[in-house]
Amino acid sequence: MKEQLQKDFDNTIKNLTLSQKDIEIKKFYLDNFINKGFPNRREEDWKFSDLNQIIKKNIGELSFYSDYASTNKVDTSAFVDGLEHNKIVFINGRIEKIDFDYEKKDQIEIIDQSETINKFNNNSSLSDLNSAFTNKSFKIVVKKGYQLTKPLIIYHTTNSKIWSKNINLRLNFELYENSSLRLIDLFRDTSEKNFLNIFYNFDLKENSILKNYKVDKFENKNIKYAFNNIEQDKNSISETFILSSGSNFCKNEINCNLNGEYSSAFVNGIFSINNNKHHEIRTIINHLKENTKSYQLIKSVLEDSSRAVYQGKIFVNSKAQKTDGYQLSKAILLNKDSEFNAKPELEIYADDVKCSHGSASGSLNEESIFYLMSRGLNYQQSRELLINGFLLDVVEKITDPEVKNLIKNMIGIKE
Amino acid sequence: MDNRQKEIDNLKDYKYGFTTDIENTRAPKGLNEDVIKFISNVKKEPQWMLDFRLKAYERFKQLKEPDWQKPKYPKIDYQDIYYYSAPKSMKDKPKNLDDLDPKLLETYKKLGIPLQEQKRLNGIAVDAVFDSVSVATTFREELTKQGIIFCPISEAIQNHPELVKKYLGSVIPVTDHFFATLNSAVFTDGSFAYIPEGVRCPMELSTYFRINASNTGQFERTLIVADKGSYVSYLEGCTAPMRDENQLHAANVELVALDNAEIKYSTVQNWYPGDKDGKGGIYNFVTKRGLCKGKNSKISWTQVETGSAITWKYPSCILKGDNSVGEFYSIAITNNHQKADTGTKMIHLGKNTKSKIISKGISAGHSDMTYRGLVDISSKASNSNNYTQCDSLLMGNKCGAHTVPYIKNKNSESNIAHEATTSKISEEQLHYCQQRGLSAEEAVGLIVNGFCKEVLQQLPMEFAVEAQKLVGISLEGSVG
Repeated sequence: MKEQLQKDFDNTIKNLTLSQKDIEIKKFYLDNFINKGFPNRREEDWKFSDLNQIIKKNIGELSFYSDYASTNKVDTSAFVDGLEHNKIVFINGRIEKIDFDYEKKDQIEIIDQSETINKFNNNSSLSDLNSAFTNKSFKIVVKKGYQLTKPLIIYHTTNSKIWSKNINLRLNFELYENSSLRLIDLFRDTSEKNFLNIFYNFDLKENSILKNYKVDKFENKNIKYAFNNIEQDKNSISETFILSSGSNFCKNEINCNLNGEYSSAFVNGIFSINNNKHHEIRTIINHLKENTKSYQLIKSVLEDSSRAVYQGKIFVNSKAQKTDGYQLSKAILLNKDSEFNAKPELEIYADDVKCSHGSASGSLNEESIFYLMSRGLNYQQSRELLINGFLLDVVEKITDPEVKNLIKNMIGIKE
Repeated sequence: MDNRQKEIDNLKDYKYGFTTDIENTRAPKGLNEDVIKFISNVKKEPQWMLDFRLKAYERFKQLKEPDWQKPKYPKIDYQDIYYYSAPKSMKDKPKNLDDLDPKLLETYKKLGIPLQEQKRLNGIAVDAVFDSVSVATTFREELTKQGIIFCPISEAIQNHPELVKKYLGSVIPVTDHFFATLNSAVFTDGSFAYIPEGVRCPMELSTYFRINASNTGQFERTLIVADKGSYVSYLEGCTAPMRDENQLHAANVELVALDNAEIKYSTVQNWYPGDKDGKGGIYNFVTKRGLCKGKNSKISWTQVETGSAITWKYPSCILKGDNSVGEFYSIAITNNHQKADTGTKMIHLGKNTKSKIISKGISAGHSDMTYRGLVDISSKASNSNNYTQCDSLLMGNKCGAHTVPYIKNKNSESNIAHEATTSKISEEQLHYCQQRGLSAEEAVGLIVNGFCKEVLQQLPMEFAVEAQKLVGISLEGSVG
């Protein structure tokens, strides 16, 4: 893999206009990655999902170079209907379109950041890989007091032009005081056997609100890793919703630093997976100041020989008195070959706190099914009704009504 | 000063902190094949036992000391420890209690062990392990009548080799982890209990461990086998004198329960925790594992961990037999600079297996406490159940309480439920108690005892009283 990396790196650098210093930095990250390789089971954070093995088994040899010289045609029919929205379109990792048609132009700033590499709060080798190979990276700034009128949808589209490729994306968001942003990540893949490595960084200033909905619904054979780093100032709110369903392998990581008093973070997630899929959500909520709050709810429905992993950590440092932290994960195993692993973790150094977690996994409740069947439903209907209700609970946590409806339609959940 | 206050003051310091002036026979310092041969030789062990030890030592040499645990400690120099230390007067074993060194008896008296048969009232059969050698086993006759074997493991190796050979290392193999392997290589003594088929052991069996000599590691090995349909309740207590340096305690405990058998294992661990500034104290790195080998068998661990500078142990159950049950009840209290990383593993292999984990952690002062546990339901363990509850109580903002459960469910017909909470003693509760005339300290004691009640209830009577007192003492000075 080393020669491949070196070769692809040289090709990537050739096509970028970088200063000598930036090339040096990128080289440094490349060397880091070459040293560490893909994360494997021996690392605690990857204990339940050995990415190294998964890539080896599903993809084999990866290539890291992508030719971004030619543009891809944007297929407008793929856009979401019935909801006016701003767009960013990625096709095969190349940014094709940034469009904030519905917003005041002077309130949003888009900065090309390709040349400066910002550090991430992530010490896995994937962050090194991302830093070494990202070509274009943008920073989106929402100005003070501006609240976007329409949600922003980021289309992550891949098509059959790419095969066995590693694609690295990176976006930066800065929300100034009293601003707000609704962001939907929509994955549409018709490609197969690629490894997508996505890094987002959010900087939330005082009183700002971020709502991030990540929807991976369409069946595909790709492997995905997405990392969200969220820095939160006083009174800010972040809401993250994850629908983890379509990809062969998908790991979402949320690292949230509650740096300001009264800031709060909400993470809600659904695993709805079948076949041999292996999905993971890992969250780390760091309560660093007084009166911060976090709430997490993760529900899983596992069919066939699928496997879901939830690793959630609530960290409370000694200054963060009056913390309120809650975490709940529930899983329904529908097949004898399905598997659910959880590691809900509390690390607490302050005494005046309210922190709890719960985790439960098991089969569908036969008594409930019996009850529904006695009311005239058949087995299949009863089962669907129960699962529907089980997942609806999480979808109902979405605070934005427009997006809630969109997501309900998308995953076919009935009320 | 009222009486209660006086009592508390007396108890405030580690009351087991005395040393006994007894001459010791020691193996040369350090760890090598010769020392292992020396131990084996002194114990007049048969060749197979020596082979067992050497095999473990071979493995030990290849292993690296683990470092994933939360409480870090300075590197232990394994060549700077005496691996064998026995009171000199024990060289020719006493035939009965009257032959014992009076000083030893005095020590046990201070410890409150009912070693003398006159204390029959207590009705506990005791095997006391002093440093490395089992000193005396009481009530042997009565137990023998029922066919129960309860003796030091070194004696069992001589007299019941077929049993020891069959079960020793069957739960904790010689190829296990670092500390378990070390124990397998150098273990010096410990208790052995065998309960024959269908016998309900008429009294609580008990071991008392004490580390007396300085620079000694205590490596005892306990093996309990409950044959078909039998029942035994086993108690274990531990103390050590106050010393400035840290001492290592790496014991192995193996339990085997055959069809329909039940083993109840209770521990009150009160090793010397070090002084207020965290100097000295015992490193309690113990491997405890129970195997529910037969159908309908049950193993229940109850532990009250108040001592040791560092406690690092996970009493586990392997639920191999169908319908077997594993239980784990734990109270862990850390104060001053104590650290604990403790919990359990429940490995469900058989069908219809059930396990229950109740863990209560209390940390005060500058201490740090971690619950770390594993619940693993394998794909064959259909219709199995686990319930886990871990609650932590924090006193002050200099301490830490952490929960790290690993939950693996590979069977769709099995259910796992896990809950954990972390909180402090609420102001309202404290206020209410104080309003009724209790001092702040008494109020905390009362609330903490209530918090631990679910676990305390599991302890045999004699232990429950002691444990309740210990809970109060361990938290001394952490309020206000």
